Amino acid sequence: MRWIAVLFGVLLAGCSAQAPLGLRGTGDLGIVIERASGRVAIVDTSARSVLARVEGLGDLSHASAVFSRDGRYAYVFGRDGGLTKVDLLLARIDRRVIQAGNSIGGAISQDGRLVVAQNYEPGGIKAFDAATLELAADVPAAYGDAGKRSKVVGLADLPGNRFAYALFDAGEIRVTDLSDPARPKTATYPAGTQPYDGLVTPDGRHFLAGLFGEDGVAMLDTWQPELGARKILADYGRGQEKLPVFKMPHLRGWAVAGRKAYLPAIGRHEVLVADTADWRLTRRIPVKGQPVFVMARPDGRQVWVNFAFPDNGWVQVIDTQTGEVVQTLQPGRAVLHMEFTPRGEAVWISARDDNAVVIYDTTSFARVATLPADSPSGIFFTTRAARTGF
Amino acid sequence: MKSVLFLSLALAAGGVLASGDRERELVRLVRQDCGSCHGMLLTGGLGQPLTPEALRDKPAENLVATVLYGRPGTAMPPWKSILTERDAQWIVERLLSGFPKEGG
Repeated sequence: MRWIAVLFGVLLAGCSAQAPLGLRGTGDLGIVIERASGRVAIVDTSARSVLARVEGLGDLSHASAVFSRDGRYAYVFGRDGGLTKVDLLLARIDRRVIQAGNSIGGAISQDGRLVVAQNYEPGGIKAFDAATLELAADVPAAYGDAGKRSKVVGLADLPGNRFAYALFDAGEIRVTDLSDPARPKTATYPAGTQPYDGLVTPDGRHFLAGLFGEDGVAMLDTWQPELGARKILADYGRGQEKLPVFKMPHLRGWAVAGRKAYLPAIGRHEVLVADTADWRLTRRIPVKGQPVFVMARPDGRQVWVNFAFPDNGWVQVIDTQTGEVVQTLQPGRAVLHMEFTPRGEAVWISARDDNAVVIYDTTSFARVATLPADSPSGIFFTTRAARTGF
Repeated sequence: MKSVLFLSLALAAGGVLASGDRERELVRLVRQDCGSCHGMLLTGGLGQPLTPEALRDKPAENLVATVLYGRPGTAMPPWKSILTERDAQWIVERLLSGFPKEGG
């Protein structure tokens, strides 16, 4: 893994730059990942338009992004280990490093000073100075006696510049305290078989890791970590044969609406509902396919669900008052991601195989605009900057 | 007559028969849908890398079986409801020799 150190270099983008976006705020901006072309589109959610495109971000299959707390910069994590800081106002790459061989996403600290990447190869997390992208901490996900390193999934920021994440190969949840990046402190909690992703509740208290290798979700109450991770929603599919899972569900997003958490079932065409007061399963909602993203509208009144291949042309909407599906939409071919506008009056949906981002009004369910995009995948708006877990 | 000629050429070349349209579908499926775990460049992710170097020591028939029936205990699902055996053979041959790019 020496070569990663060798490859580690900071690339400063071109020097002169006018501000192509002019004098403006960034609260209604965002980016759309154009995964096949290594590019992001900078979008305006008020004008419903593409303002600019920024190229040269590498392999963006499974790319995700977090934002600086001033909402000016997007940090884009690429599959190839690239971490790119994109200046939304100057519409250019500010800095870029190759920080790992194979990466899966990242998070930003509560104080906005550290950007942390979660890596498959070499397995672990790495923290970077958010201003310079210089390495601030390297925390390998070593486990067992042989010094093996696990793939890391589900990285989420916690209050106090701590980060929670799960180890796919080791079946653990870990919490690393980076309040002093020179001396990271990590606590380990056994979680269950093959955690595939994680999320933190909007209050930053509960970290949930979905389990692939067994039915259930591992839950750590970070206010009472001494209790360890416990299993919730266990045995939700006992005695039933699982359907093939052609794509791993994702637990990011507003999965918590009011006092309920909405989570994808694995190998079943269901959304599971848990009461966040006691984490008991309260309902199983039948849906059109294997859920991938289960995301609550910011006000919590609706939950939008997209699906794994081959049902990835559909999106369904659950009314959280009745717990029933109230809309079934066909936004386009290969729906990969959904993002709500800051207060949720609209949702942007990427339809990869139609090369389009489709915008729906979330009250009337009318399709209000379609923007061309090259194989769009993730859509990320700057409002994430102010939210724990994004 | 043309199709017979094409067919015999394809067989002579040791290729498993797949029509041009189906080949394009399979290339897209592997790059995009297998790619959600194995990476769009097939260099690996939650799933193993599927590059020729990574697969070099694995017998083709085992790989075809993995595609069709999955690998129990891992996240690899069975694709037999989506792919025929012929599709799987074509995919494995191409993986072993360097998988085509989309539109390439």
